[in-house]
Amino acid sequence: MTPTTALRWIVLLPAAGVFFHVFVGRRAIAAVKVVGPGLVGAAFAVAVVAAFRLRALPEGGILRDHVYTWIAAGPFRADAVLRLDALSAVMALVVTGVGFLIHVYSVGYMSGDRGFARYFAYLNLFTTAMLILVLADNLVLLFVGWEGVGLCSYLLIGFWYEKPENAAAGKKAFLVNRIGDAGFLLGLFVLVWTLGRHGFWTLDVAEIERHLDVLRTATIGGWPVPVVVGLLLFMGATGKSAQLPLYVWLPDAMAGPTPVSALIHAATMVTAGVYMIARLHALYALAPAALTVVAVVGAATALFAAVIATAQTDIKRVLAYSTVSQLGYMFLGLGVGATGAAVFHLVTHAFFKALLFLGAGSVIHGLGGEQDMQRMGGLRERMPVTFWTMAAAGLAIAGVPPLAGFFSKDEIVSSAFREMPVLGVVGLVAAALTAYYTGRLLCLTFLGRSRLSHEAEHHVHESPPVMTLPLAILAVGAVAGGFLPVPALLGHRGEAGAPLALMALATGLAVGGLWLAYQLHVVHPAVPAQVAARLGGFYQLVRDKFRVDELYDAVVIRPLFAAADVAARGIDPKLIDGTVNGTGMLVAATSGVWRRLQTGNVQHYALFFLLGALALLGYYVGR
Amino acid sequence: MPPGAPLTWYLGLSAVVFAIGTVGVLVRRNIIVIFMAIELMLNAVNLTFVAFARSLGSMDGQVIVFFVMTVAAAEAAVGLAIILALFRNRETTNADELVTLRW
Repeated sequence: MTPTTALRWIVLLPAAGVFFHVFVGRRAIAAVKVVGPGLVGAAFAVAVVAAFRLRALPEGGILRDHVYTWIAAGPFRADAVLRLDALSAVMALVVTGVGFLIHVYSVGYMSGDRGFARYFAYLNLFTTAMLILVLADNLVLLFVGWEGVGLCSYLLIGFWYEKPENAAAGKKAFLVNRIGDAGFLLGLFVLVWTLGRHGFWTLDVAEIERHLDVLRTATIGGWPVPVVVGLLLFMGATGKSAQLPLYVWLPDAMAGPTPVSALIHAATMVTAGVYMIARLHALYALAPAALTVVAVVGAATALFAAVIATAQTDIKRVLAYSTVSQLGYMFLGLGVGATGAAVFHLVTHAFFKALLFLGAGSVIHGLGGEQDMQRMGGLRERMPVTFWTMAAAGLAIAGVPPLAGFFSKDEIVSSAFREMPVLGVVGLVAAALTAYYTGRLLCLTFLGRSRLSHEAEHHVHESPPVMTLPLAILAVGAVAGGFLPVPALLGHRGEAGAPLALMALATGLAVGGLWLAYQLHVVHPAVPAQVAARLGGFYQLVRDKFRVDELYDAVVIRPLFAAADVAARGIDPKLIDGTVNGTGMLVAATSGVWRRLQTGNVQHYALFFLLGALALLGYYVGR
Repeated sequence: MPPGAPLTWYLGLSAVVFAIGTVGVLVRRNIIVIFMAIELMLNAVNLTFVAFARSLGSMDGQVIVFFVMTVAAAEAAVGLAIILALFRNRETTNADELVTLRW
């Protein structure tokens, strides 16, 4: 526990950018182009320095920055304390590093947009919130970042709010996240209540880990507290990290500018749930039941989303479902206790998914807004940098050795085989599907003959260096990221070393999936349509994303709107207004009788005086 | 005041005068007459005070009577002014017609 004041600058630098963009930015676009990415880059530099200082500490050392006393309510304390240990260092480096590249790329992608300064204000705020989340020392401060990224995702997904569907997508992301956040908050309440009952009024992560024996035996309503808290917090994670059943917002989140998708899918936001569970793995270790739920949900999501991704034609939609699927892997890893592998996959995924999204953005940019892969093809020669970098990312996510995705995914799958073989099989199937849909994406976009529309044919061009340079840097990460010693850094050395047979099988599946995609979409482009026709209804079901949105619409949204309608048109005007107006009308009606007493004639009043005086007199005399 | 007259006579007279005043206030319609009836009631009370003062050998009652007479004089001045103003506006002194306080 080494005190420092360096960590606050990692958070404050992007936060300063927010103020700059809001108050100065609109009149100084040129400055925004430098300040926006520059401050995140500076935060990255500070994070690197801090990480090196952390390395210099003995094993298990922690850098701790007490910024100020935030909440001191009776015995409960929650201070604004930032903490850097191995896990949060990895996360902070990913957030600032990948975030920096996305900021740089955005300078090119968003150039000329009317809301340029506003965009960078949101982007910096997003980074700030995510950094608060990963560096927070206690769960209350973590929740601040947790809500902050939720707000920023809303702002950025609905960035082009003039189009109603974009605004709707932003609202959807916010509301779906809110459902998860409710669970998260409840989890925090149960946790602080349980600890408080035993005299420990705190939500510091370190304190929670110190009082695990209290939590181990505690129960609430007959249920063991670790399981209840674990499941409630996981509910928050399913919202933030787009797992079944709350993943629906993420595919719609592509309504925002493409670099935002990259930021949401790679560096910030969706990794929050994974990070939170990794951060609390000691608590989760007390609740095997909760961990099983995490693993099963993760595996189910990985498979489910991968199946959907195989039948999408919108390039960003494929990537969105791919993210949902890969996040499922991370939760599978967390669920089987391979925390290090899960965080490892988070890091490698940040590289190749950011790269895939930025590459997709480059393609969309180059084609003047075209997103449908059926109207792409043959772009390899026209956009060479984009092709080669995206190909590297594609091979990495497919799990081809020795690229980044191979190592991390393999560790998760082999851990799953050790703990729950069924989930391991699910993981392998999803891996094969991942290879297939990634290959399909690359083939449809870059290979084969051109299916471009006439105007796109004229418009097509490689993106400027400010966009391709981040692609190249991320490509290095996607290729070499697998050699980062992330699990070892996190002190999970025992997990490394998947069995050779499993590695061979995984590689075979990856290559097979890619080969199948190449055969189906380049060599025999007529076959997929025939297969689709043969599958008939099932294919349409997959293409329509299993109609989950429609299901939620029918089961949740419509009844809710119907109930709201009853309230608005029935209960409110009739019951509420009726009560208020009825009170007035009752008074008016009955007063019609009583007001006749009020004649206005002084002598009548005087008579009542007299009668009253006589009555009083009679009472006192006769008593 | 005859020295031998007992207290009850005074009280009886006072009660009769008070009753006449009360009935006058309640039944007469001319507000000037009502006003005079109120004066009757006040003076009936004054008589009671003075009679008790004499009977109990205390000056308190007589002092209060002075107060009552002072207040009554003020009341007469204000009351008559109000009646005058009313008459100028409404051209009536009939209490039945002065009912703007009504519903």
